[in-house]
Amino acid sequence: MTSSAVIGRRRFVQGLALGAGALGIGGFGLSPARLLADQGQTGAPILSGNTFNLAIGGADVNITGKKRPGMLVNGSLPAPTLRWREGDTVTLNVTNYLPATSSIHWHGLLLPFQMDGVPGLSFDGIPPGETFTYRFPIKQNGTYWYHSHSGFQEQSGVYGAIVIDPRDAEPEPVDRDYVMVLSDWSDEKPEQIYATLKKLSHYYNFNERTIFDTLRDFREKGVAQTLKDRHMWNTMRMSQSDLADVTGYTYTYLLNGRSPNANWTGLFRPGERVKLRFVNASAMTFFDIRIPGLDMTVVALDGQPVKPVRFHECRLGVAETIDVIVTPEKKQAFTVFAQSIDRSGFARGTLTPDPAMNAAVPAMDPPPLLGHTEMGMGGMAGMNHGDMEGMNHGAMDHGKMDPGKMNHDAMKGMQHDGDHKVPFAFVADNPDLAPRSSAVQHLDSEHGPGVDMRAMAPAAMLDDPGIGLRGRDWKVLTYADMETAGGPPDSLTPDREIVLHLTGNMSRYMWSFNGIKFADSVPLELYHGERARITLVNDTMMTHPIHLHGLWSDLELGDGRLLRKHTITVKPGEKLSYLVRADATGRWAYHCHLLYHMEAGMFREVRVVDNATAKEARS
Amino acid sequence: MKQAHPITAAALLALSPLVQAMDKHEPAFSRVIVDEFETRDADEGTVAAWEAAAWYGGDLNKLYLSTEGERLMDNGGETEGFETRLAWNRAFAPFWDWQLGARRDWQPDDPNRDWASFGVQGLAPYLFESEATLFVGEEGLTNLRLEAEYEILFTQKLILVPAVEANFYGKEDEELGIGEGLTDIEAGLRLRYEIRREFAPYIGVNWERRFGDTAAKTRGAGDDVSETTLVAGVRLWF
Repeated sequence: MTSSAVIGRRRFVQGLALGAGALGIGGFGLSPARLLADQGQTGAPILSGNTFNLAIGGADVNITGKKRPGMLVNGSLPAPTLRWREGDTVTLNVTNYLPATSSIHWHGLLLPFQMDGVPGLSFDGIPPGETFTYRFPIKQNGTYWYHSHSGFQEQSGVYGAIVIDPRDAEPEPVDRDYVMVLSDWSDEKPEQIYATLKKLSHYYNFNERTIFDTLRDFREKGVAQTLKDRHMWNTMRMSQSDLADVTGYTYTYLLNGRSPNANWTGLFRPGERVKLRFVNASAMTFFDIRIPGLDMTVVALDGQPVKPVRFHECRLGVAETIDVIVTPEKKQAFTVFAQSIDRSGFARGTLTPDPAMNAAVPAMDPPPLLGHTEMGMGGMAGMNHGDMEGMNHGAMDHGKMDPGKMNHDAMKGMQHDGDHKVPFAFVADNPDLAPRSSAVQHLDSEHGPGVDMRAMAPAAMLDDPGIGLRGRDWKVLTYADMETAGGPPDSLTPDREIVLHLTGNMSRYMWSFNGIKFADSVPLELYHGERARITLVNDTMMTHPIHLHGLWSDLELGDGRLLRKHTITVKPGEKLSYLVRADATGRWAYHCHLLYHMEAGMFREVRVVDNATAKEARS
Repeated sequence: MKQAHPITAAALLALSPLVQAMDKHEPAFSRVIVDEFETRDADEGTVAAWEAAAWYGGDLNKLYLSTEGERLMDNGGETEGFETRLAWNRAFAPFWDWQLGARRDWQPDDPNRDWASFGVQGLAPYLFESEATLFVGEEGLTNLRLEAEYEILFTQKLILVPAVEANFYGKEDEELGIGEGLTDIEAGLRLRYEIRREFAPYIGVNWERRFGDTAAKTRGAGDDVSETTLVAGVRLWF
């Protein structure tokens, strides 16, 4: 056993031995594959029923060959998988054995806000040595997850999967069902990572362009062309290779708590339908998932069923979940390959009919470079994506680019421009509730030391697979390919609109909405029962997974289609909108789910209040 | 899809005062960076030279403490002079900070000099680390200092850093033998290898030259106006 809980051992519940034994690098007599074959599910134990005792405690974790302090739930990494049933009321007694306040947030669950587990918003947090009892009815089914919402505890190991069985028959019955928790582990303390980013934001990027890259570009593209291409990056003072703030330099990417060497393994019999429930429980890492040799069919996204679509690769944002079904026909092993967006590392596991069989692990792709699309130069989403990766940057004459004109052209492609019937949730002294013009212009609050760029012509990019995935020979899943099963789950018509810009300054490592950090913000008010449209404009060069607690985010795909989600990934230069039914009163967190972005200030409180009371309070 | 919980806005507003907004205070960070810590094979013997800074603060406001100087290591050692600076740093643009502070020049053989400083520092287009500072001293002395530095990556860890610094004086400082106008330029070329980001030994060459009246005064005192030295040192931060 390479991991042990320091305290709270007596609180351990069933399944612990296997869960803890599955930690770290294998080789303790039993092969990891055999362990899992016996257990039949994931690296974490599975707890089911109505009542759960969870203990958050310090523990040594050995992922890289070194024992490092981690924070685990019931001593397992990931935390135990919780199996619930729709319609039940669950009781969770969460005891905090850490020396600091802790909490558990049930990600994607509809529940009373006091049960949502965000210290400062839902409750006071769980003080050291105390137990907090969560109790709420389960009103949904599907794959979700849970994690600490205190400090950086999530990065240290406080995360696990939730599987909710439907009240009625499973719509997509399968022969096997595996939870696939992807995460990022660092031997560094997360506080140290955050401090390092504040001191030297490119610390973890070892893919900067060198003089030899420049010389090669001189040879291949010519000196004048190269200088022209580089000109914009140099004047913007940005790195073309800044795809991930924290990289494989410090991270080991895990599948079900196992490093690539430890090779998580799941068994199948040829011909079986196997469901894989991928959960991206990492702190900072976008994963590009594929299983060479197997087609995947998506059946649910963020726990919500979607019309099935066949695909070969998908990018899973931090905090998103995707359920896919594979049907391996042959008696051969397959590698589940999940490389990080910046190609600095990968998580990997094996699906096999025989624990002794393995499959080749594909090479990682060369790291992609940010381009004009990511700069928000607009108009790229509609282009032939195959041309994008190798596109001739010099083809655009930046000197002649008229921002006003660009905006106008790009906006024509947007679904909602000109939808002037919908009122804006405008409040004169609140920059978060800006007038309609904020949809096409930038706010005054975006002009300050905390914002290093603003997209000139943000574009609709729902059908864009994203940087590094364009021009694949195989099908890459995009939001535009999917649609919530059964048609729109709620109205297509908003009552009010809000536009928020995703902003940041990479070199200062500041992150915000509308150029305003959480510390300087006021709560965003939604009226109980209203249908609000939130439009997000990504003015940064990074991809952000935006998560609204407690309420569904129904992504507007156009043509009357909605995609129901709890976390929406917004690509650099992208503009998208989603509809939110404010049907749960309370104080909810709304934030970028990149842990260090959230901590830096890309966070808002959303208050769902009774309209009449709100008016009274204002008058 | 609709669901209602028995929580009204009034109840929300009446929440326990313990339930404060999520952690809203901005944490402070600190960084100590020894940019240069090196030996130089000068004409008068081996010279140790340093340039170091430390900051403490948040995203927009930082307190800076910095020092640079030289010390002759041969014949028992003798500090040739060094300066210390204390400044308040305030971000005013995405890549630029104002600096407001004070500087003291410590000179064992000559009178010390105290200055108030007004500066701007940041990252210029094309990624030049730049700094321009006006020092206002006693008796109407003024010193404008311009600095720029650039990083050329050979690999992710092998980095060549050209740097240049120029000083101008508004009027002569007779006691210290410094003339009016451009007084001196120092240029360096250092090749460092980052064993870790935080720790990088380097070798390089440093060139200094005095100009104008200052050069004339230096010549008058029988000293060289120009010196080129090989340097070896270590850059570290934490």
